Amino acid sequence: MMKAGQRVLVRNDWPETRGPCHIRTPHYLRGATGTVLRHLGDFPNPEDLAFGRHAKHLALYHVSFDASSLWGDRKPQAEILVELYESWLEPV
Amino acid sequence: METTLVDHDRLLSALRALLTAKGITTPAEIAERIRITDTATPARGAAMVAKAWIDPEFRTLMLTDGARAAESLGIPMRGMPPLGVLENTPKQHHLVVCTLCSCYPRAVLGYPPFWFKSNSYRSRAVRDPRGLLAEWGTVLGDDVSLRVVDSTADYRWMVLPMRPSGTRGWSESALAALVREGDMIGVTTPQIPSGTPARTE
Repeated sequence: MMKAGQRVLVRNDWPETRGPCHIRTPHYLRGATGTVLRHLGDFPNPEDLAFGRHAKHLALYHVSFDASSLWGDRKPQAEILVELYESWLEPV
Repeated sequence: METTLVDHDRLLSALRALLTAKGITTPAEIAERIRITDTATPARGAAMVAKAWIDPEFRTLMLTDGARAAESLGIPMRGMPPLGVLENTPKQHHLVVCTLCSCYPRAVLGYPPFWFKSNSYRSRAVRDPRGLLAEWGTVLGDDVSLRVVDSTADYRWMVLPMRPSGTRGWSESALAALVREGDMIGVTTPQIPSGTPARTE
């Protein structure tokens, strides 16, 4: 279980290039680094649920990103807070 | 591929018949769910906001467990995703978006407004949120941090806006009438209608 304040990297992975899939990790955050704000609970993995497969419960985290680090032009001045599953996060 | 309303109707009928035939759900359950969805409106969220403004205990419950707070007001939450409530303060403003699709706290706000599902709202909320807010007439000071909440997974999010000044002594129902759906998405903030007599505080 990751703790609040843990820095994490969102995996720079593109399963949609390999075939049909259902992903709840937005494109604009793949490869981005953020900070875990808190654990929101454990939920069945939607990537399996969407295809009627057995879905293992995964930890879901609220992860905070500095929006000015995402688009390459140091804008906008904001924080972006996103729900991400543990399977997409690597501690840094 | 072009589809017509008739195609959608046929697809829907076939899906409903299959769900029933396979014993996954019943026509009565579907009808009940449609009734619950159709009766939800932003007035429910507004009632929660007004109560939170006058009742500190309810406010604490709402910020800790939005679904339990909603249920305590008689709002049906069975089968609904967890409800998270984001508290606006003088130092922090929240804006809710679902960049992936149109996740929305329907139990407390009803159907999402058309623009919430638009590509332009969904992309600009994360790319140019201050510009987007300015177009709604919501200009944040430089000292107000902006937190954009991208609703990507199992939670649904609503904003608890700040109570407008000049509303001291107002009844719960008068306060609830001030709160619009945009205030609970975060594109706007509650305003006292112009023409309301100023009150001394």
